[in-house]
Amino acid sequence: MLYLGLSCLLLHVLVVFGTELTFELPDNEKECFYEELEKDVRFDFDFQVISGGNYDVDCFVIDPLDNVLYNEKKKQYDSFSHTTDMKGVYKVCFSNEFSTFTDKTVYLDFRHGDEEPLLESMTRSSALTQMESSCVSLHEILNSVAESQTWYRLREAHDRIKAEHLLERVSYWSIGETILLFVIGIGQVIMLRSFFSDKKGSLAATT
Amino acid sequence: MMLSLSAALTLALAWMFPAHGLYFHIGETEKKCFIEEIPDETMVIGKYRTQLWDKQSGSFLPATPGLGMHVEIKDPDTKIILSRQYGSDGRFTFTSHTPGEHQICLHSNSTKMALFAGGKLRVHLDIQVGEHTNNYPEIAAKDKLTELQLRVRQLLDQVEQIQKEQNYQRYREERFRMTSESTNQRVLWWSIAQTLILIVTGIWQMKHLKSFFEAKKLV
Repeated sequence: MLYLGLSCLLLHVLVVFGTELTFELPDNEKECFYEELEKDVRFDFDFQVISGGNYDVDCFVIDPLDNVLYNEKKKQYDSFSHTTDMKGVYKVCFSNEFSTFTDKTVYLDFRHGDEEPLLESMTRSSALTQMESSCVSLHEILNSVAESQTWYRLREAHDRIKAEHLLERVSYWSIGETILLFVIGIGQVIMLRSFFSDKKGSLAATT
Repeated sequence: MMLSLSAALTLALAWMFPAHGLYFHIGETEKKCFIEEIPDETMVIGKYRTQLWDKQSGSFLPATPGLGMHVEIKDPDTKIILSRQYGSDGRFTFTSHTPGEHQICLHSNSTKMALFAGGKLRVHLDIQVGEHTNNYPEIAAKDKLTELQLRVRQLLDQVEQIQKEQNYQRYREERFRMTSESTNQRVLWWSIAQTLILIVTGIWQMKHLKSFFEAKKLV
């Protein structure tokens, strides 16, 4: 009872160290996210452009000494992982500066460190029982299921937004073309009539 | 008594312990928005911590009290479900009632322009969704679960969230299918309509010009 109380007292961290964000990147702008990391920590991040223009964005990662770790231009989605060489602030930047009028919606998932245990007492180095190790492997499998669901959700959002844009464009173009047809049809006749009305006098004169 | 006290202390620590989230810089009148696409009945907890650039010490210091952030959350129908002012460190939570894209917007409420002094505000943000919002030590203490029971509880929560996401996926696919079918219909009908208009206009032009030229005695 007391042990449980003490273990509760010791525990105060979140289960997983990672941040998932979906943000809008306006045109001609750059957005940077910073994370303070220790040495020899493995971090991985992946990003996807969900909507906007040609669905691409520039991305670069800079370490505390201003070295460029990753630099890609106009990518639709990518993932990158790295083990830190030094302690400091790592910067992940997305740039939409090449675009003149389209905003982009970018999804970013930045994970670092190892998953924290549920309870402090679970970090004991003694071997896990069969039940416990089954639970651990189930948990890892479910994590990958959730990750794959996120992937599909983003792809679906991307495709749905494209389909909605297509619908909009088809509607506007159809209406526009119909109006154009009428205008050109009637315009041609009027122009032709105007040619003959003016030249009627000269035609009579020449024949 | 001892257990509830330690649980309360744990909760207090969990809340005050700064979240090691990603951070970004925000300008004085800038509004930063984040989108969370979530199924219904999903809880979202967001924690933020702000720091202000201090010219004298040349570093970021914990923000002065009085400098807060205004948090606005909109649901998929663009109806505001939360619009509140929080202090320099804050925690906001909401549960979605409709599935879809929720928008979480943050902007600082500073009225005194001098506070920023041309600098930027650093915001540490951490947003947790679904089963990640569960505080397992608290659950273990409240329901008196053993370690194994707690692990199984975590697995149950994960599976429940996966199921919600799958239901949401079904609803989204239906929307997508409706959009595609409407596009298909529109392309079909407009093509037929435009071809008819072309033919009718062509015939009308020929008839009109023929009668025009006959009237002008040129044909």
